[in-house]
Amino acid sequence: MRELSLHILDIVQNSVRADASMIIIDIEADFVKDYLTIRITDNGKGMDKETLKKVTDAFTTTRKTRKVGMGIPLFKMAAESSGGEFDISSKEGMGTVVKAGFKISSIDRVPLGEMEETMTTLISGSPEKDFIMNYRIVTEDEEREFNFDTREIKEEIEDIPIDDYEIVSTIRSYIKENIKATNGGLVL
Amino acid sequence: MKTIEEINAIKEKMQKVLNTRESQGENDIRIVVGMATCGIAAGARPVLNAFVEEAARRNLKNVKVTQSGCLGMCKYEPMAQVYVPGKEVITYVRLNEEMARKIIAEHIVNGNVVAGYTLDLE
Repeated sequence: MRELSLHILDIVQNSVRADASMIIIDIEADFVKDYLTIRITDNGKGMDKETLKKVTDAFTTTRKTRKVGMGIPLFKMAAESSGGEFDISSKEGMGTVVKAGFKISSIDRVPLGEMEETMTTLISGSPEKDFIMNYRIVTEDEEREFNFDTREIKEEIEDIPIDDYEIVSTIRSYIKENIKATNGGLVL
Repeated sequence: MKTIEEINAIKEKMQKVLNTRESQGENDIRIVVGMATCGIAAGARPVLNAFVEEAARRNLKNVKVTQSGCLGMCKYEPMAQVYVPGKEVITYVRLNEEMARKIIAEHIVNGNVVAGYTLDLE
């Protein structure tokens, strides 16, 4: 994948298909430690121990149309090839947590890319679900944070559907501008 | 910086739009874009976006763009299937943004399948 935001989109689609009602995406770029952590937490149906063990293997999928599941192995590979770590934990009936770490300065780290596109694609694909993104930048001088929560948006817009084109467009630029401001000139 | 209040500000405008909107009916045209790992890796995210934007730009209220999983033919991704009521399902393959916009113009608006973009099994 060309962007980490595409991996995030792909991994969150797993949460969506696992019947999660809420998905939390934590992105923390710690420039002091030169480490980017992406954590996706869902309250979906989770996996038993056996499935969990197999899930980082490309030949596991819940899908019926083909036998190869590449999403998690690709994300793991992206993390590890940058010098980062990958971890997945899950509990049946509770949910799943996927955590990937990246060395920010590694030449093999893919850029984060357009998170606003990933978020709007998720929202328009599953408007009934709630998506939360916590975006954090840590530098030597300060910590900056941007929090996005579809529950807040839904409260504001009341009976207007969140997947309406006008709303989605506004959310897109809202996220884009806030990420840019939170980055404060740093490049991810 | 945009604030959440700005989202609130378009609410009033939106409510007027919604009131004039036709309710979802059986005559809706559906465009289904494959958004599994294979589709995403091949570039489905901007393709999906192009379908949504072009339909909105042309004010096509009866067009619904939705997402699906893997359609089982990963090498043809990004793929989209067009469901026009009463017509055969058309599968478009190896799409990009420009092709998506053209499908809206030619197929959805004018009713002509874009021949060169469809799946022809060799």
